[in-house]
Amino acid sequence: MPPYAAGVLTLDQAIYAAIVAHARRDHPDEACGVVAGPAGSDRPQRFIPMLNAAMSPTFYEFDSTELLRLYQDLDAHDEELVVIYHSHTATEAYPSRTDITLAQEPGAHYVLVSTRDGAHRGAEPLPLRSYRIVDGEVREEDVCIVASDDTAVGE
Amino acid sequence: MAIEVKVPTILRTYTAGEKAVSGAGGTLGEVLDDLETRHAGIKGRVVDGEDLRRFVNVYVNDEDVRFTGGLGTDVKDGDTVVILPAVAGG
Repeated sequence: MPPYAAGVLTLDQAIYAAIVAHARRDHPDEACGVVAGPAGSDRPQRFIPMLNAAMSPTFYEFDSTELLRLYQDLDAHDEELVVIYHSHTATEAYPSRTDITLAQEPGAHYVLVSTRDGAHRGAEPLPLRSYRIVDGEVREEDVCIVASDDTAVGE
Repeated sequence: MAIEVKVPTILRTYTAGEKAVSGAGGTLGEVLDDLETRHAGIKGRVVDGEDLRRFVNVYVNDEDVRFTGGLGTDVKDGDTVVILPAVAGG
C-alpha cells in the first residue's frame, strides 16, 4: 500500500466518544490529543489527551515537555501516532490554513471535531472528520466508527 | 563517544531513513553544523537564521533547549539530542 494513500480511518466507538467528550470539556478552548497504535498497524488504539499549552479558542500546541514524554512512551511501547486530533470551536471541522502549514506528521490521520454553534452543550454526536496532510496538501478520508466487537455502527 | 541525535520521521529524508545519527560539537549549534556536512539540508529544517525554528522542538538530555540557551546550549560526548516537530495548529 502506498504510504500516504487516502483511505479510511477506522475508529473504535469508545475512542470516538472520548475525543468528543474532550472537545466538549475544553470548549471554548481547542482540545487536542493523539491516539496511538502499534507501529505500522495504522490502528488507533490508545487514547491520549494532551494539554493545549496555548489554552486558546483559535490555536493549539502540545506542551513541549509532554510532547517529549509522549514520544518516549510511544518508543518504549513500539507505538506511533496514528491519529492527531483537535477541535475547532467556532469553525467547521476542516483543517485551517495554520493546521495545514504546521502539519509535520505525514503518517498521521489528522482528525477534527467542531464544537461551534453551541454543539459543545448538546448530547448529539459531534461530526468527526479525518484528513491526511502531506506537503501542504489536504485529502479528506472516510471515517468508520466501529463498536468494540468490530461491528460498524455508522459514519 | 559521540552525540546521538534522534531524528523525527519528517526529517529522515536527510538521513537515509535513519532514526538516529551521530554528531560532534561543543554546542547544539555546532552539532547541527556537523550534521549538515553529512546530511545536507537538515540544519535549515531546524534553524531559521540564528535561532531555532518556532515549530521545531529540540531537547538535550530531555531538556527543551529553549530554556537552556538555544543553539548555544552546551553538549558533550554521550549526550542525547532529540528533535521533534511541534504538534500545533489553529
